Amino acid sequence: MALLEVRDLTVVFQRKGEEPFHAVDGVSFDVEPGQTVGLVGESGCGKSVTSLAIMGLLPKRATKISGTVTYDGTDLLKLSDREMRDRRGRDLGMVFQDPLSSLNPVVPIGLQVTEVLERHRGMPRKEAMIEAKELLDKVGIPDPDRRLKEYPHQLSGGMRQRALIAIALACRPKLLIADEPTTALDVTIQAQILSLMKELVQDLGTALVMITHDLGVVAGLCDEVNVLYGGKVVEKAMRHKLFAEPRHPYTHGLLASIPRLDAPRGEKLTPIRGSVADNIPWTSACAFAPRCPNALDVCRAETPAEVNKLGRLLRCHNPVVPGTPAAEEVQA
Amino acid sequence: MALGVSKKEKIDGLAESAGVSLAASAWKRLRRSPVFLTGAVIIGIFIVLSLLSPWLAPQDPSVPMLIDQVVKARNEIPPPQPGHLLGGDLQGRDFFSRLLVGSQQTLIVGVGATIIGLTGGLILGTLAGALGGWVDSIVMRVVDVMLSLPSLLLAFSIAAMFARPSQFTVILAVAIVQIPVFARLLRGSMLAQRHSDHVLAATALGVKKGAIVFRHMLPNSLSPVIVQSTLVLATAIIEAAALSFLGLGNPDDRLPEWGQMLGDVQNVFDTHPHLAAWPAICIIIVALGFTLMGETLREALDPKNRR
Repeated sequence: MALLEVRDLTVVFQRKGEEPFHAVDGVSFDVEPGQTVGLVGESGCGKSVTSLAIMGLLPKRATKISGTVTYDGTDLLKLSDREMRDRRGRDLGMVFQDPLSSLNPVVPIGLQVTEVLERHRGMPRKEAMIEAKELLDKVGIPDPDRRLKEYPHQLSGGMRQRALIAIALACRPKLLIADEPTTALDVTIQAQILSLMKELVQDLGTALVMITHDLGVVAGLCDEVNVLYGGKVVEKAMRHKLFAEPRHPYTHGLLASIPRLDAPRGEKLTPIRGSVADNIPWTSACAFAPRCPNALDVCRAETPAEVNKLGRLLRCHNPVVPGTPAAEEVQA
Repeated sequence: MALGVSKKEKIDGLAESAGVSLAASAWKRLRRSPVFLTGAVIIGIFIVLSLLSPWLAPQDPSVPMLIDQVVKARNEIPPPQPGHLLGGDLQGRDFFSRLLVGSQQTLIVGVGATIIGLTGGLILGTLAGALGGWVDSIVMRVVDVMLSLPSLLLAFSIAAMFARPSQFTVILAVAIVQIPVFARLLRGSMLAQRHSDHVLAATALGVKKGAIVFRHMLPNSLSPVIVQSTLVLATAIIEAAALSFLGLGNPDDRLPEWGQMLGDVQNVFDTHPHLAAWPAICIIIVALGFTLMGETLREALDPKNRR
């Protein structure tokens, strides 16, 4: 059994007098200890909502969550607020996108690290400070003694994200969810943070759910990749397979829209037409159909079923066939 | 060698820069602001004078001058004379001493009213901002009702409710008027904090609700409230003076208060304008001092105003 099993997770936002909005629509995936699973997609595809739903951080009002999120045998969605609060930070850690705004600006870094240790491991402040120093050291923050006394605004962006990772890992959670942890950072710092996360995941055997829109991050870090569109997983495969042979037109489009160094000069980038706002509901069509270059009539009339073949899950009426010119362009 | 020393100094400087909080960097900026310093000097002098006034006052403020000390004049109000810098008041008590001692009463009323108002506002604002929902709605409707009444009118009404006016009723009346101002201000910034990333991050770490409110939300919401309290000090002094002026203040005039002194001399204002001018000038200067401090404090604490 996997450490985290998400089955048919559905999040519906329902406001009075408005159509219910399916932010996440039947998402399922597993995460094994030590494994890194990517959730990939554009803004608004439901990846962040998925992570917040797993952590139990969505507002209670006007939100309907169904499905199961089984962590180590318990369904997290059935836990009471208090039980969930005890698990957050201890069993489940989370790293957010913007490291500056995710740290409390008026509290020194040291206290923010010890806060978790005191809360979940019942450590006295002094002992927790020693542990905090080791943690900062572990995530590669130089001169941890000094940094512990400093405030978030005195740290560089990369250092703040390291501190956040240290806080998230303070209690050795078995599962870490990283919601676009590198988006707010410079490219060089991004690489540092990613290799740090990779290292920690390997050292501690932590399972990692990596939420990102950056396929470079996926290529560097993830074992398995879930591509989300309109709240549904449209393609799921192991990393190499997905990059070598994207079958869903959306995945294909995502890969084709990345600039490549080895492409001929003057070649134009191929964007995916339209935007997420062009979504049509999944109820009786493929949500991607309005933007899909491969769209057929059936795509607008019938919801594509999930097909699991040769270790790849695909939800498409007319997938990209490997060997066609469009597919080769990406593979090259 | 010289290089070594300068390097060491540099390192020391760096080490000192560790742990510069928002308050510390604001103070750094304030120290160089001439406007803030002007306000601070005024308030500093005011506080020192009011604390030392019982010893500084040349005469007893509650005892009239003896008739043989008074230089003969055409009316009964003693004019300025040696030993009585500003002359006497209506009852022939040394006016300068009364002004000095009056600063003490003014300070007590201003600070007392601000502290009580601040406490009430902090409690209501924290309740509304932290709990939200129906608690927030009820608290804010009460606050709206209180804010819809003109503040002076509300203060008069509250002061008039007490059968026997005293210094305490003045403080209470002025304080109650300030509660909704603080409550609304704190509630607003608490609400903004509620949806901030670092509160979400703290929640994601399983931090308990109480700790989230008092360690993560409240400290980040206080700076507008701190600024407001310096401004309210000025308002409180003026409002307390207004209450005393209208006879709703402390009836015991052995301990003078500037507003009361102003009210007492209404009938002789034509002939002895200085009796009204001095307390008025004192009130204006002190209120100005607090306002200057408050405004510069607001600028210094505003993160959008960083230079």
